[in-house]
Amino acid sequence: MQITFEVNGTRAEVEVPARTTLADCLRHHMGLTGTHVGCEHGVCGACTVILDGDAVRSCLTLAVQADGTKVTTVEGLSSDASLTPLQMAFRKHHALQCGFCTPGILTTMHALLSQEPNADEERIRDVLSGNLCRCTGYIPIVKAVLEARAAYGGPAAMENAHGV
Amino acid sequence: MASDQLLLRNAYVGSPVERIEDLRFLRGRGKYVDDLSMEGLLHAVVLRSPVAHGRLRKVDTAAARRIPGVHGIITAADIAKVVPNIPLRLWPLPQLEPFEQPVIAQTKVRYVGEPVAVVVADSAAIAEDACDAIELDIETLEPVTSCDVAATGKSLLHESHGSNLSITYTARKGDAEAAFEDAPYVRRERFSVQRHMALTMETRGLLAAWDAEKGKLVVSGAAKVPFFVRRTLARLIGLPEDAVDLIENDVGGGFGARGEFFPEDFLIPFAAKFLSRPVKWIEDRRENLLTMSHAREMDCDIEVACRRDGTLLGLRGRINVDVGAYFRTNGTVSPRNVAQFMSGPYRIPDIHLDSFAMMTNKAPIGTYRGPGRFEASFFIERLLDMAAHDLAIDPVEFRRKNLVTKEEMPYPIATASPPEKVEEYDSGDHHLTLSRCLEAFGWLDKSRLQGRLVDGKYHGLAVASFTEGGAAGPRENAKAVVEADGSVSVYVGSAAVGQGLETILSQIAADALELPMERIRLFHGSTTYLKDGYGSYHSRSTVMGGSAILLAAGALRDKLKAAAAARFGCAADDVKLADGKATGPAGKSAAWSELASNGTPPSAEATFSNHKHTYAYGAGAAHVTVDPKTCEVRLLDFLIVEDVGRIVNPLTVHGQVVGSAVQGLGGALLEHLVYDDSGQILTGTLADYLIPSATDFPNVRAIVLQEHPSPHNPLGAKGAGEGGIIPAGALMANAIAAALRSLGVEPRDLPLTPSRLWALIEEARPKATG
Amino acid sequence: MKLPSFDYASPRTLAEAAALLAASDGGGKLIAGGQSLMPLLALRLASPSVLVDLRHVRDMNRIEATADGLRIGAKTRWRDIEGDPALPAAHPLLAAAIPHVAHYQIRNRGTVGGSLAHADPAAELPGLAVACDGELEVFSARGTRRIAAADFFLGPLTTALEPDEIIVALRLPPWQSTRRWGFDEVARRRGDFAVSGIAMFHDLDGVGRATNVHIGVFGASSQPCRLRTAEAALDGQVVDAAVIDRVVGAARAELDPPEDIHASAGYRRALTGALIERTLKRMAGQPEH
Repeated sequence: MQITFEVNGTRAEVEVPARTTLADCLRHHMGLTGTHVGCEHGVCGACTVILDGDAVRSCLTLAVQADGTKVTTVEGLSSDASLTPLQMAFRKHHALQCGFCTPGILTTMHALLSQEPNADEERIRDVLSGNLCRCTGYIPIVKAVLEARAAYGGPAAMENAHGV
Repeated sequence: MASDQLLLRNAYVGSPVERIEDLRFLRGRGKYVDDLSMEGLLHAVVLRSPVAHGRLRKVDTAAARRIPGVHGIITAADIAKVVPNIPLRLWPLPQLEPFEQPVIAQTKVRYVGEPVAVVVADSAAIAEDACDAIELDIETLEPVTSCDVAATGKSLLHESHGSNLSITYTARKGDAEAAFEDAPYVRRERFSVQRHMALTMETRGLLAAWDAEKGKLVVSGAAKVPFFVRRTLARLIGLPEDAVDLIENDVGGGFGARGEFFPEDFLIPFAAKFLSRPVKWIEDRRENLLTMSHAREMDCDIEVACRRDGTLLGLRGRINVDVGAYFRTNGTVSPRNVAQFMSGPYRIPDIHLDSFAMMTNKAPIGTYRGPGRFEASFFIERLLDMAAHDLAIDPVEFRRKNLVTKEEMPYPIATASPPEKVEEYDSGDHHLTLSRCLEAFGWLDKSRLQGRLVDGKYHGLAVASFTEGGAAGPRENAKAVVEADGSVSVYVGSAAVGQGLETILSQIAADALELPMERIRLFHGSTTYLKDGYGSYHSRSTVMGGSAILLAAGALRDKLKAAAAARFGCAADDVKLADGKATGPAGKSAAWSELASNGTPPSAEATFSNHKHTYAYGAGAAHVTVDPKTCEVRLLDFLIVEDVGRIVNPLTVHGQVVGSAVQGLGGALLEHLVYDDSGQILTGTLADYLIPSATDFPNVRAIVLQEHPSPHNPLGAKGAGEGGIIPAGALMANAIAAALRSLGVEPRDLPLTPSRLWALIEEARPKATG
Repeated sequence: MKLPSFDYASPRTLAEAAALLAASDGGGKLIAGGQSLMPLLALRLASPSVLVDLRHVRDMNRIEATADGLRIGAKTRWRDIEGDPALPAAHPLLAAAIPHVAHYQIRNRGTVGGSLAHADPAAELPGLAVACDGELEVFSARGTRRIAAADFFLGPLTTALEPDEIIVALRLPPWQSTRRWGFDEVARRRGDFAVSGIAMFHDLDGVGRATNVHIGVFGASSQPCRLRTAEAALDGQVVDAAVIDRVVGAARAELDPPEDIHASAGYRRALTGALIERTLKRMAGQPEH
């Protein structure tokens, strides 16, 4: 099937079998391996990308269903030059260890904060419950997202030590 | 030694340095094995036994071979007349050889998921289509689905052995029988822990390529113990060791499970060689739940003896360990550990514990963070709380009375066998960590709620102390090479599994060489970097890899000084090394890269050997509420205080303790690999195997101390990373027991799901105290 | 867990979609959000000959409130319901149920029609549809028909939908703003399927007695259902502690909960009783108008 869509701001055309998921299309037909596959049945969230502004599980989306849409993957969140405020907050708070779940969490939180810059801790945790992480225990991720809100027009971060 | 003095610099060691790894992970530029590709790559899918126990009669691949896009299908017949078995890596013994796993099922299948065939095709989807078309003829045999069934011996997994009991481990200290003879108080109980697993977010995967011309086999996807896997693969596949390279890329978590030698570690490289095409295999989540090392399933019947004042006298009993169908590379660890470490941090002079390794038709076990120790902590801490309650002694005081003191260090614990291994705790002050924990937790204040019903919920608190073993030997290797651009490449045998290895070891290297971190390039894991290495397991990388780097750095410094002295015409002692330059008397100086000899850059290698484990240690506390009607458990506060001897990076070690604690909470309340009576796994997706999510345990905290360094390595560090998980089951069970004390509920089995708590409450109804 | 092969079509009209389904002779399956279907395909539990994608079919995602009640187009996504500002007032019970559905990312794609067609016995929307006497509008090449929610769910993952039929909309009867209502659910973790969930409401007659009692349960039964004897125990009564006890007792006796790895039948029964109890207490505290 022929698919035409926009990925990370660039027009893309690919030919894939109908049964190809968007996750596999991005990873193996387009070389965008930042989006990870952790379960292929829609539970872990590692495959989350932003499709027409919404965070979606790319393992539950057929590539052909992305035809005519705008997709942003983790690679599209930052330029080569520097980390975004969200990414910097993750690094500061040690909100990642093995890094495998991280792209899916970054896209989810970017989508959330873009729409809800004032999301409070409860809302952040609630949305984050759709992404599984085995390494961090989630606590530093929540801290990082709370701090990153200011960059999206939300509340300013409180003075924060590393929490150790 | 010179390297000790260098540690005083501490520009990086001890600081919360942000991780180097993050720069690529955050941008989605990590390179995990499934991100790799190459020209001509084919994809493998493993066909797995659909039955738990049976005689494999026929594997009919005819229809599957005809599917377009299928390049080859490998079965036992293609491998050897008698396929090789996977050797044990840890505590191997001749008596365990009958239980080793063949690299592919040949005559029998012994667990659902055991590899039966490997299909290689243009895509994984086509390979899966082909698997669906393979016909298996299996004569089913009676499945053995529990230790109890295994013990009857009615159905045998390994017929030649005559029993499903493969080996008995014994932990002994003093004379337990004598201790129990006239003991003033004895309490005997049975407990159980459920089967669960590490559940890494990245499933396993391998990419193997065979270059027939060069006779070289390169396998990517290695982790944890790449050199062991290389050695084993070379032997099993019939190649010289230096013809095989294991490459470590980025790894999505290990927790003790990933990186050991699994059947696929033979099958995929074999397929690549067989078909002369590169082959990639990526485990899917269903397979992962089915076959990546299981862990933790044990039940015990133990008793403790004490004086009426609570002084512990003896501990004895039996533990049944559900090993699964085979003894894989490190299946011996948890059955040994649960017996050897059941006394935990407590002074128990007389111990006799027997641990029975039972073979069942389930996926084989391996190590999972705190192997045998999570289980042991749950068993002993439950028993101690019960004894304390019987003797009307405050549970905190009971523990204080029995904790090994710092003056008693090094403190010998029970000796385990076979083979015999004497163990002792190296250093530490349990009373300190217990007090710090209680204080930071607000124990005195919170304990007023103990057992009380407030707003319809019962409150319960618990405390526990623990030890965590680390720094397993025998040794680790490192090499430091000065590059032309003035950077130093540091190669180490340790493996990265997400623990921040690159950053931590770079911090150590930078301080040892007195260079900025940006000038250190750290290479780890792959067998191409060093002649030999050992890897990351038993929380050893910081100690073993770090110490090896210290020694290599020291050796490099000595070489640089000698080379500079020769060039400057002065004594080596007159040479100062700083900021990548060597300076001598009369203003002579040279960049380190200029001190090459015969065109080879200055370099040094070193090995750090260690035969004594380190013991990080600490205490934990938990505060829960239990709703007696819905039986939901809420965790209000959970604190771990751990002394790790020396903190290299406070940011990452804190992350390890918190992350490990949350895993433990998952094990205590949520996670369970469930098999039915026919040996089918019922928890085949992440919708059924429940790991903690962001809303489950928001109140977990950790305080990491560096009070008592280990005397056994130049860093003074103790391996850490497993401390948070070890007491988690114990703490939750004791807290819930305390909460529901007035209802007469005594939890004895993990996981503590609402459904099970409801059953316990119902069962206890007539016995409930007022 | 790669998907099996299938043909794929994305028709532009409902009629086209229905024709494709009819032509597939039972082998075709509809896909909209795919949040329930895709995992089944990945696990190879379903192997359709053709997937008929509704993504280009228009006018199936409107939420309309009229005198006849609420009409929710089948392609309405959870996030559309969450984002509808009029809904909490128009149908507070529906608004209360939606945040329990799955997770943020799923709610961005999952649809009302998909959830109804999938018919997981522990799903919120089927539970709500039955609790509220909902009706499904269903279309095929043979025309349109309506199926009462009470008749639609036949068992776990089993509905009265014919293989060539397409759910077009869910209709819910008009909501009375004076109603007392409650929604409660217990799951193993946030977003997991309900171990037990209840959606209930009643009106009040002139003297404060409960009338028009609806107690719907999901998760604790093999398909969503109303607990009729529990409803009868509440009907015509002024809600007090004794009445609540009787209602809970009746509910527990009436339930026939399933048993699985997550919960025993006994626990589900007790849990449902506890949820009804605490919800009725909360409802009794709701203001009278």
